Amino acid sequence: MIVAEGLHFSYGSSPVLQGVSLVARPGRVLGLLGPNGSGKTTALRMLHGSLAPSSGRVSLAGRPLAALGPREVSRQLAVVVQESDSDSLLTVREMVMLGRIPRLRSFQRTGAADHHAVDASLARVGARHLAGRRYVELSGGERQRVLVARALAQEADYLLLDEPTNHLDIRYQHEVLQLVRDVSDSAVVVLHDLNLAARYCDDLVLLSEGRVVASGSPEEVLAPELIESVYGIGATRTFVDDGVQLLFHPLHQESTA
Amino acid sequence: MATTTAEAPVHDDHLAAARRARCWTAGLVAALGLSLVAGIALGAVHVPFAAVLEVLGHHLFLVPDERTWSRPRESIVWDVRLPRVLLASLVGAGLAVCGMALQAMVRNLLADPYLLGVNSGASTGAAAAILFGVTLGLGEHALSASAFVGALAASVLVYAVARSGGRVTSTRLLLAGVAVGYALQAVTSFLIFASDSAEGARSVMFWLLGSLALAGWGQPLALAAVVVLLTVAVLTIFGRQLDALGVGDETALALGVSPERLRTLLLVLVSLCIAVVVSAAGSIGFVGLVVPHLARRAVGAAHARAVPVAALIGAVLLVWADVIARVLLAPQEIPIGIITAVVGAPFLLILVRRLQATAA
Repeated sequence: MIVAEGLHFSYGSSPVLQGVSLVARPGRVLGLLGPNGSGKTTALRMLHGSLAPSSGRVSLAGRPLAALGPREVSRQLAVVVQESDSDSLLTVREMVMLGRIPRLRSFQRTGAADHHAVDASLARVGARHLAGRRYVELSGGERQRVLVARALAQEADYLLLDEPTNHLDIRYQHEVLQLVRDVSDSAVVVLHDLNLAARYCDDLVLLSEGRVVASGSPEEVLAPELIESVYGIGATRTFVDDGVQLLFHPLHQESTA
Repeated sequence: MATTTAEAPVHDDHLAAARRARCWTAGLVAALGLSLVAGIALGAVHVPFAAVLEVLGHHLFLVPDERTWSRPRESIVWDVRLPRVLLASLVGAGLAVCGMALQAMVRNLLADPYLLGVNSGASTGAAAAILFGVTLGLGEHALSASAFVGALAASVLVYAVARSGGRVTSTRLLLAGVAVGYALQAVTSFLIFASDSAEGARSVMFWLLGSLALAGWGQPLALAAVVVLLTVAVLTIFGRQLDALGVGDETALALGVSPERLRTLLLVLVSLCIAVVVSAAGSIGFVGLVVPHLARRAVGAAHARAVPVAALIGAVLLVWADVIARVLLAPQEIPIGIITAVVGAPFLLILVRRLQATAA
């Protein structure tokens, strides 16, 4: 379980987080939502210690994150960071092999077990045929798959993803999130798209101006009046395949919700 | 088309890459051995290959145990050219691996070892020694020693400027290196201008363009050997961490590698290595920029493989560049930096064209 309590943070004098608390439970996919600048990416970075809160604390399986080194954290949390635009010259296999760093000592050479882990991870994201290709030559969707495979190769308990659907067309957005559901039972994912969140997350946390304004199931969080007050756009809620979906109203129309 | 690749055996790409790396390494080790012997044989005075091997065999293994050659020939082989080719290979290896490490650290394929301003510091130190006889009481190694002091001072300065709040980011590192480099170049130019010695200015110019003429058995060679080999070893061992840093700071951190600590460690090591290399042989351009690209083309970008291969390619290239520098206008020597620039600049142009091609 990842528990964040009362996280505060500011860049200079402008506050980004003003007391954010949330819980990521094992076996569930938690979605972090909110408008631009609401602090969702900042909150995610604090969950894995890439950024330290000015006050508040994060604990991982009952132990404070601040007391664990980056190496120990990387054995428990696998992060898919937004660096998919990197023009790294590594091959896909070498890129996924980086996920083994937390499992290897500095002087230890990669062995058969590591190559098996890499092959298995690539197979799970359906990218084993890409192993010999260079990362720079891949499309955006293929890159995201490879980065998810790298996170899987870490064999960590939790998967953390920061806007994994960025720059992807609609089919790949669904593919990547379906992939997250398929490969990992415990995940925290920052998302922009509310309907994607409704479809693929078990729990949602909605942030606005550095505060949690709602948390709970998609039905609870994606209430039209809440969405309108946070995003400033009217919405109608419908149910598709037993799941919540929102229809948004262009700004010049009156809200009919 | 896609279906055939999807069913390719799982381990093939990996094993093929490993085999390729082994072949390159073995081939380059052999090439370096041959280059060292050739580098001793060729020069203003030609020494037959067999004679080179006899002298080396006698000194190293006492085979043959009787001297059948003249004193001067022995002196050319053992006292003059052997330390020179050894220094050339160490300098080439050092520049190549430092260039490769810096390209990963600042994530720029056009980064080179002189980016950190270390060579400008060495030049300032050397200019002070040549023009004003600042010898620091170090006798025959005064030039190397004062260049080394200048190089270390410059790297400490760059590090102090680049560091803020305990962090060294790649952008700050680049800016600090460029700023310190330009400032020290100005100091060197001023020293040359102020000294009013045409002879001294000529020596400084010669040194600035790089030369292995100072090579000999002694502390600079021993120091270069220790530091360059240590640098190659550390960069190879930390290859995976360097790979992660090359992808991005967030990636490195997510994999449990602290980017700040790694960058600081590398910065200290690389600065020291460049300081040693530049103080022994002056600023030799293009090796640290071009060789990493050759190594990556040969065995791929993963540092655990590419670093040793870059070291070997750099060593071989610099031995031959030095041979050309010695024989082209013999008995006069050309500064080796001119040779590496003539060969390296076209490589760079090809590289730029390739980069554009992949971007398009």
